[in-house]
Amino acid sequence: MKQKILLLSMIAVLLGVLYAFTTGVFHPDKDEYSSLKLPEVVDYNFHIQPILSDNCYTCHGPDANKRKAKLRLDLEETALSELPESPGEFPLVPRKPQRSKVYKAITSDDPDMQMPPPNSKLSLNSYEKRLIKKWIEQGAKFEKHWAYIPPKKNEPPKTERTDWVQNEIDGFVLKKLEDFNLQPSERAPMETLLRRISLDLTGLPPTPEQVAHFLNDSSEGQIANMIDQFLASPAYGERMAQTWLDVSRYADSHGYQDDSYRTMWPWRDWVIHAFNKNLPYDQFLTWQMAGDLLPNATKEQLLATGFNRNHPITQEGGVIQEEYRTNYVLDRTNTLGKGVLGITLECAQCHDHKYDAISQRNYFEFFAFFNQVDEKGIQMDAVQAKNQKFYADPPYMEISQEDSTGVLSFINMKKTPEIKVMVMNDSAPKTTYILNRGAYDQPTDSVQPATPKAIYAFSETLPKNRLGLAQWLTDTKNPLTARVYVNRIWAMLFGKGIVETAEDFGVQGSLPTHPDLLDWLAVDFMENGWDTKYLLKKIMRSATYQQKSDMRPELKKADPENRLLARAARFRMSGEMIRDYILATSGLLNRELGGPSVKPYQPAGLWEETNAGGDRGILTTYTPDEGDDLYRRSLYTFWKRTLPPPNMTIFDAPNRDLSEVRRQKTNTPLQALVLQNDVQVLEAARVLAQRTILHDPDNQDVVADVFKRILVRSPKEEELKILNNYYQDALALYKTNLVDAEKLVAVGAYEQLETDPAKTAALMLTVQTIYNLDETITKE
Amino acid sequence: MEEHGNKEENPLKVNRRHFFSQLSVGIGSLALGSLLIPDLFKGDVKQLASQPLGIPHFAPKAKRIIYLFQAGGPSQLESFDYKPTLQKRMGEDLPDSVRGGQRLTGMTSGQDSFPLMPSAAKFHQYGESGKWISDYFPHIAKIADEITVIRSMQTEAINHDPAITFFQTGSQISGRPSMGSWLSYGLGNENKNLPSFVVLTSRGKGNSQGLYSKLWSSGFLDSKHQGVLLRSGKDPVLYLNDPEGISRSDKRHLLDHVSSLNKLHHVETGDDEIESRIAQYEMAYRMQMSVPNVMDISKEPESIIKMYGEDCQVPGTYAANALQARRLAENGVRFIQLYHQGWDQHGNLPNEMAGQAKDVDRASAALVLDLKQRGMLEDTLVVWGGEFGRTNFCQGHFNPESYGRDHHPRAFSIWMAGGGIKPGLTYGKTDEFGYNVIENPVHINDFHATMMHVMGLDHEQLVYKHQGRRFRLTDVAGNVVKDLLI
Repeated sequence: MKQKILLLSMIAVLLGVLYAFTTGVFHPDKDEYSSLKLPEVVDYNFHIQPILSDNCYTCHGPDANKRKAKLRLDLEETALSELPESPGEFPLVPRKPQRSKVYKAITSDDPDMQMPPPNSKLSLNSYEKRLIKKWIEQGAKFEKHWAYIPPKKNEPPKTERTDWVQNEIDGFVLKKLEDFNLQPSERAPMETLLRRISLDLTGLPPTPEQVAHFLNDSSEGQIANMIDQFLASPAYGERMAQTWLDVSRYADSHGYQDDSYRTMWPWRDWVIHAFNKNLPYDQFLTWQMAGDLLPNATKEQLLATGFNRNHPITQEGGVIQEEYRTNYVLDRTNTLGKGVLGITLECAQCHDHKYDAISQRNYFEFFAFFNQVDEKGIQMDAVQAKNQKFYADPPYMEISQEDSTGVLSFINMKKTPEIKVMVMNDSAPKTTYILNRGAYDQPTDSVQPATPKAIYAFSETLPKNRLGLAQWLTDTKNPLTARVYVNRIWAMLFGKGIVETAEDFGVQGSLPTHPDLLDWLAVDFMENGWDTKYLLKKIMRSATYQQKSDMRPELKKADPENRLLARAARFRMSGEMIRDYILATSGLLNRELGGPSVKPYQPAGLWEETNAGGDRGILTTYTPDEGDDLYRRSLYTFWKRTLPPPNMTIFDAPNRDLSEVRRQKTNTPLQALVLQNDVQVLEAARVLAQRTILHDPDNQDVVADVFKRILVRSPKEEELKILNNYYQDALALYKTNLVDAEKLVAVGAYEQLETDPAKTAALMLTVQTIYNLDETITKE
Repeated sequence: MEEHGNKEENPLKVNRRHFFSQLSVGIGSLALGSLLIPDLFKGDVKQLASQPLGIPHFAPKAKRIIYLFQAGGPSQLESFDYKPTLQKRMGEDLPDSVRGGQRLTGMTSGQDSFPLMPSAAKFHQYGESGKWISDYFPHIAKIADEITVIRSMQTEAINHDPAITFFQTGSQISGRPSMGSWLSYGLGNENKNLPSFVVLTSRGKGNSQGLYSKLWSSGFLDSKHQGVLLRSGKDPVLYLNDPEGISRSDKRHLLDHVSSLNKLHHVETGDDEIESRIAQYEMAYRMQMSVPNVMDISKEPESIIKMYGEDCQVPGTYAANALQARRLAENGVRFIQLYHQGWDQHGNLPNEMAGQAKDVDRASAALVLDLKQRGMLEDTLVVWGGEFGRTNFCQGHFNPESYGRDHHPRAFSIWMAGGGIKPGLTYGKTDEFGYNVIENPVHINDFHATMMHVMGLDHEQLVYKHQGRRFRLTDVAGNVVKDLLI
């Protein structure tokens, strides 16, 4: 009997241990994720696919050539079917994790069985494993990738609190905040809002007249009035064009090693004009993609197609024509992917996409749209081009003075008699082949122009050319175009998009923080005629946009990255905006619209030190302009790709070799040096000081006045004390040292005004102190 | 700090768990780590785990790299790859069997014939290693036993822009981070007063090709890893100099007020980015001192000036940059990139190349010897070489005194010294025509993998996730060339 009990208890212990093993009591995955709570319902798109894609798709995803064990996990059909190489086994068995090979592999410790394999250097954490288990238990349901499902306009959700909501946007945002037990922030002070709206819509601070006008306006529609007035200002088009120049990789030089001159600036003038006249986004895209193919195309529509000629063009003697011609077509294809569709098309150039449902065939079907241009890899080298004044590679259009007084009146021709601008045509039809490994000299199967079915099929009724492509892009059923654009506008205002990876809406991209809001905005935008100004107005009139940007202590903990939008964004301005801001507040800004790019101050010798020799093209030496052209807005600064303006790149401007849709926002010592020592900044400080003193030599409040002029708010008592102390110190110093005062105020080419040098120097450095504040270069 | 732009993935994928297990390895590795990177073990773990940690993957042999890039593609046939057969078969057409379908640039693809051209420079053997080195490089010849020549370098690009971009970033297409940026990203900054990646340029009289800031760009990595161009003249870093009429102490006074106001605003807004801005302003202030100090060679003794050559006193020359490189290395700069332009000899090669060699020969050798006498050569990797080699056949008019050579990607020579590389080796071999590699090919990806290895980094592990893909300097290829390692 005793023995029997002993035996039974031994069996019980053994069973217990066995049970513990199978239920994971002894599971080694005790990591920081083990206490995370699983969601009630596991969602394929939001929970499961990111894990599978990141860890499994490289070998078990869309790329047929790299697929292992004939297992494909991104499609439901194959993921639920018997494994071709292991009869009787299934990757996924709905509701049965223990019978699913996938689950067994990800929880295995056996190096031969374990997935991802040890040599991949990838691994799943315990939370991800539990998620997959629960998903299988709930039936292992697959869905189409979220971004390929056409957006739907759901009503904004009901919220507990109703007093805060101003429009539909706020419902979506508030609901999420309430889910996380967070409160939104109150509305920002009017002066903050004025500065914010002005920066967002014009890229400039409000003028003193605007400040006086709007801060005295106490009507109900005060904010709406501000928005309308800034939207109507010509500076609006410049501000919007600035962001489009990155997307379209616009530059004033050809790129590659000789990097000589090109004349694309009339195209830039068109972009400004298009935004100012609020050309609907669907047409804005159509003209740029296919303006030349529109029936009875106007010169303006033809000019718009310069978008697809903004890519770098080589002038290196000795290159192989076809290699480079192919590069240009690849560039157009990739720009379409990144800039318009938010998909990483370029990943499918050499092989099927590793993560997204885009095959190499799909890639070259896109490529085929852009492959009919009558162009060459190299037309002439930089020396020849210089000698023949050849600044546009065919195909190009010619714009005369007459055009610029007529149909193309938005072009600021200055004294240029005639100018050539590169545009698109389809006059060299050719068959497109899939290129093995993306190499120009390895054509394989031929393809026709088409678009991926996984995204949205190309209708039979559409012409198989760029016009058809434009129609496909702007079809309201296209799931990407509107979402991607709306998201970028959001990112422009909030510092980051609802989808943070604005360039990648694919499975490896980040997921939308507010998917219903993104969809609502996209559909609403299309329903309202793809009207950009309408969209901006809609967002800016929300309570969400108008919140304070301060980081409340509870938010620092709960949501430091502000994904839930319980406050407005606070982030550093772009290099262009910072320079423009300083020029504007100093009163130096020249507001002329458009025209040939200008050469403001730049440290001497930069082009000369790196050029390939003095005769290689016409951009080998940099001579700054004189007079008013030193003070133009930064989007008119001459852009040489191999050496872009350093005071822009130091603030994260891309070099424009490739399309970019999202700039970094770094914080570096070189930025501090630009703000302290760039002649452009120092001169602005000097001129503001001189003008302030000249305006009223007996003014005792100069410090408070320049502060208000720059920051659009009055200084607080303590701030004013610090600045006044500094001003008095500096004044005392320079009164006893007039030589230094005179040296300091001598900076810059702008005319010297007759003011007391010591006072000027002291106020100039006080202005410099303000220009160097974090707040000055930050949108709050 | 507020999250901005690209989320930086921890490059070494060290999560907290790994971090602590590393700590438990023992005091030995801890001490090594802390020697390498000051302040590594300060601060809280959370902060460490969300930023590049700057911990090597294994014990590094080298702490820094000085890369002497010879831009334009110096000919291997007049430098380190001695081919007597070219003398014997001078003027004969390159056999098709040797060319093997190699694509040609547009500059020679129209030539009717490809006549073999021997070197105008004479070759001799040097050192105990018996290395063949041409007469153009008498000083490098004297350090034959310190350097290892690789004669089997290979690339795929045949034009300058893609070839130099490939060497610098691991990809022929622009947009990827430069190797200096990768190392800065992987290993962090050893120095608080200088950037971790510094670039110096110079130019010879030979036919030259342009340089571009994309070559030292950080691509999709954070811009703090971008190479900083140090220029000759009074403004060595862009915007470094204060304007006239403001003294150093006045500047300090101004910055103190900027800082006080920023601190007030930090309390107001709660945004820690402002704290970061204050720190960057302090770094900038320190750089205003440290950069001119490091650039000031006035205290270098006469013996050193002689060693590098009188030219080293002329700012902007290669010799001056080489001396500068040593000073930067002493000050803890991680990656020092020199470029010397002018090596593109499509014609008039004997004359031009002799001139180019004269520019760099003495100072390159001096740098190696100088590092050695300071005990720094063993942990400093020095690399010398261009973006591709040159054809064994003549380009243009066939004249042994003024011939040219076109670009050649299939075989070319570079040399390395110090930093965990075996000294004195001659590695890899080309056929008797100097056209194809017949032994131990070293592709650029292999070279990058090896370079990272001596710095203590596994090239397959140093990744950065961008646009959904994990990128590496070596993309999907590259093997460490173990034969070269000590």
